[in-house]
Amino acid sequence: MGTEILKTPAPTAEELLGRAVQDPRDLTRYLYYLRNVRAEGLSVAVAPLDAAINWSRASSIWPLTFGIACCAIEMMATGAAKYDLDRFGAGAFRPTPRQADLMIVAGTVTHKMAPRVRRLYDQMPEPKFVMAMGACTIGGGPYSRLGYHVVKGIDRFLPVDVCVPGCPPRPEALIDALMYLQRKIAADRPVTDRYLRPFFSKEKRR
Amino acid sequence: MNPREIHTLLKERFGEAVRDWTEPEVGDSSLDLDSGSLHDVCVLLRDDSALRFDFLRLVSAVDRTDRIECVYHLWSYELAHSAALRVELDRSDPRVASLSDVWPTAEWHEREAYDMMGVVFENHPHLHRILLPEDWEGYPLRKDYVAPREYNGLTNE
Repeated sequence: MGTEILKTPAPTAEELLGRAVQDPRDLTRYLYYLRNVRAEGLSVAVAPLDAAINWSRASSIWPLTFGIACCAIEMMATGAAKYDLDRFGAGAFRPTPRQADLMIVAGTVTHKMAPRVRRLYDQMPEPKFVMAMGACTIGGGPYSRLGYHVVKGIDRFLPVDVCVPGCPPRPEALIDALMYLQRKIAADRPVTDRYLRPFFSKEKRR
Repeated sequence: MNPREIHTLLKERFGEAVRDWTEPEVGDSSLDLDSGSLHDVCVLLRDDSALRFDFLRLVSAVDRTDRIECVYHLWSYELAHSAALRVELDRSDPRVASLSDVWPTAEWHEREAYDMMGVVFENHPHLHRILLPEDWEGYPLRKDYVAPREYNGLTNE
């Protein structure tokens, strides 16, 4: 049954995987290809492309090296050996926003700081996520009523994905928030949305 | 030297510019000065062989609602004694000579006092706000300060 397909020069797995998204016939060819590979005694895994992309994204969330106040001390503790954020693939703190996926806003954001934070966020490539760590970033914290200089929550100038309550939050809380973010990423459908949904779908992507 | 002895020494040199000694009810005693004589007094405090105040610990300003006080805490590493100077300033136009040429430490301390209290330090090399943004209005640590409702498009409520 599959012999005539195998007569043509076999495309690479990457080519087939890319074509399979657009043309279901390519998917059939891909599955035959896999059967052929299996026959050679090699291991093969098959997964929906969305899941594969989400898995790689959620397992390598690189945060931006960015601490503003006391919450940053807890963030550093989370990154250090005892709590070891690297277990979740999120231990590679990047010194430039161009390489970062996640912005952990760890500390009080003052009115003077807010435009700088926004600029760093704008410099990060998509897809990007923001974590509001600590009471100050969620709603002003201890400065919420009388602090003339503190922005009462970073959601006033940034789209926040996860809030981590605490003053400051313990490392366990930050890890919990990271795992929450991983679940959030896992629910995303990056490929399906881009290729199979109508371009002018009224449904919002994220 | 204890503060009392320093006061006696300054009184001999500067006369009326140094106010009379008052025993503090609580806390440290301070030497009250006329604001005009502050710079000369400080040069003497630094250079006199019996005083040798080589370190300015801090400059702070206090809003007493009818006046503004500037407080200078001094320390001598060489002789291990300390002193606190206090000058009273007009609240509507607080002005006093900068000490940044006597102790370079004063530069940032005075910028902070300017930022928070609006005290103008004359002959300061770079008197700008140090903590708040340049375009901030008002001096936040004054007792009658009202926080802005909005800054830079972000509300404060």
